Amino acid sequence: MERPVRHFEMPATLGGKLHAWRFLIARRVVQLGVLLLFFGTVAWGWKLAGAPLLAGNLSAATLAGAIPLADPFAVLQMIATGRVPAATALAGAGLVLAAYLLAGGRAWCAWVCPMNLVTDAAHAVRRRLGIRDAVHLSPSIRYWVLGLALALSAAAGVAAFEWASPIAMLHRELLFGAGLGLGLVAAVFLFDAFVAKHGWCGHLCPQGAFWAVAGRAGVLKVAFDDAACTRCGDCIRACPEPRVLDFKACADRAFVAAGECTNCGECIAVCPEKALRFDLLARARGARVPDQAPTEGTAP
Amino acid sequence: MSEAPGRRHFLARSAQGVAGAACAGLAWFAFLREEAHAAPFALRPPGARPEADFGALCIKCGQCVRACPYPTLKLSTAATGITLGTPHFVPREEPCHLCEDIPCVKACPTGALDKAMGPVDKARMGLAVVDAENCLSWQGLRCEVCYRVCPLKGRAITIDPHPRGLSKHAVFVPVVHAADCTGCGLCEKACPTQLASIRVVEPKLVQGRIGEHYRRPATTREANVTPAEATAAEAPVAAPPAKPAAKPAPGPSAPSGKAVDYLNAPLGDL
Repeated sequence: MERPVRHFEMPATLGGKLHAWRFLIARRVVQLGVLLLFFGTVAWGWKLAGAPLLAGNLSAATLAGAIPLADPFAVLQMIATGRVPAATALAGAGLVLAAYLLAGGRAWCAWVCPMNLVTDAAHAVRRRLGIRDAVHLSPSIRYWVLGLALALSAAAGVAAFEWASPIAMLHRELLFGAGLGLGLVAAVFLFDAFVAKHGWCGHLCPQGAFWAVAGRAGVLKVAFDDAACTRCGDCIRACPEPRVLDFKACADRAFVAAGECTNCGECIAVCPEKALRFDLLARARGARVPDQAPTEGTAP
Repeated sequence: MSEAPGRRHFLARSAQGVAGAACAGLAWFAFLREEAHAAPFALRPPGARPEADFGALCIKCGQCVRACPYPTLKLSTAATGITLGTPHFVPREEPCHLCEDIPCVKACPTGALDKAMGPVDKARMGLAVVDAENCLSWQGLRCEVCYRVCPLKGRAITIDPHPRGLSKHAVFVPVVHAADCTGCGLCEKACPTQLASIRVVEPKLVQGRIGEHYRRPATTREANVTPAEATAAEAPVAAPPAKPAAKPAPGPSAPSGKAVDYLNAPLGDL
């Protein structure tokens, strides 16, 4: 059972590097692609079937002039104010919720949210400069913020997080022209870079907390092959979330069960034993057979 | 006794959490109140619900802005002082052109703009008021530009004669009627004075309420419109309030339809 512990090494060849970066590259393509769809519709009048391709922004949009999309968390805050949004917004929120349940709740965070570009950049700066945490935050704070957002929506009569969201501000300013709203985005960058590691996305953001709660029911998960794992810990170092990878819990369930997992795939990319992979929840459960030889695709 | 430290620790942690949430919540709440009251008099797109409901329902997606075929609607930026990311317009820059199909309202996914608003002339975005001290017509010139650009001319704006001092000749002044003014701002945009002398404002800023116990005398307006037009608008309000246009004349009587206008009737014979 004892096997030598190997660590991940960045391949020297370009092809190897690209392979190691495959999820990072895919995430950037999706993130920028979504932005481009909105931007192209605004700036260059992109159309689909004669209607604007993707009108609106990440708070609410219309795809091809017919399919409504809406941010379920924003709609939930509106409902918390005691008002019922029109059916269009409710249907749009339902559609988006269903889509992210298929993709894994917090896939939003790693694959779509424009703030991820900012916080990833902040993290790169932090790593380059060797900055240590100035404050220690609990990753559970986000659930308090989530609760506060809904309570304050009821108390103040407006969608509390929507009115103060750096995510919404960033996206709006990108589409409707830059203004002072970018100040809050800069604050998030500085906070993540100099105050707390993964401070915003990993600890505070209520939007992420919402998707973490919803994502527990997600269909796409990171499956874990306990037999192949040597506990080298490279995945834990690569993971942007403080408490997502837990060998014991992962071994018990055969997949990464934490709702906070963003399905970013960084752990899969760095695992030297190929013990992690994307899989459907049902299949990951089915593959859990104790003392079974490593399945195909794992290292010898 | 052995569980006391554990329980104490738990209580202390809970208190920390609640206290932290209370501090953050108060600051956040203060910000929201500030934002909510940022610009209570911003001019919203047609069909916008009352400001409190509008603020709660607007998801700030900007689809109304994109649907607007004119450069009228804008999403507010921090510089405007209006609640961040909400649609509004500034008539002197670009007024609302009262599109018949109201594309902005159709585009709203949340109902912050009410699709049940009816035809576009039922929009009540604001109310035009005239600054009589700077209005060219009030100075005796036959300007009347606001009247001519008004999409509801003869209803929302009328040109009424007004005595000029002791002169035999009257001046002809624009009078806005709140019952029909949509607040589109075409008049404000067209006004030729250096700063517009007719402005669209939130009605709450300028509009009074006479009170139920008053019986309304006939107004200038009613003297100038046909009875059919008069029934279309039951509560005309003359603007500006500072200098009420005074040309009392007999006309269709008070809303009750029965009251005899004995105060004004004799003057009509002058």
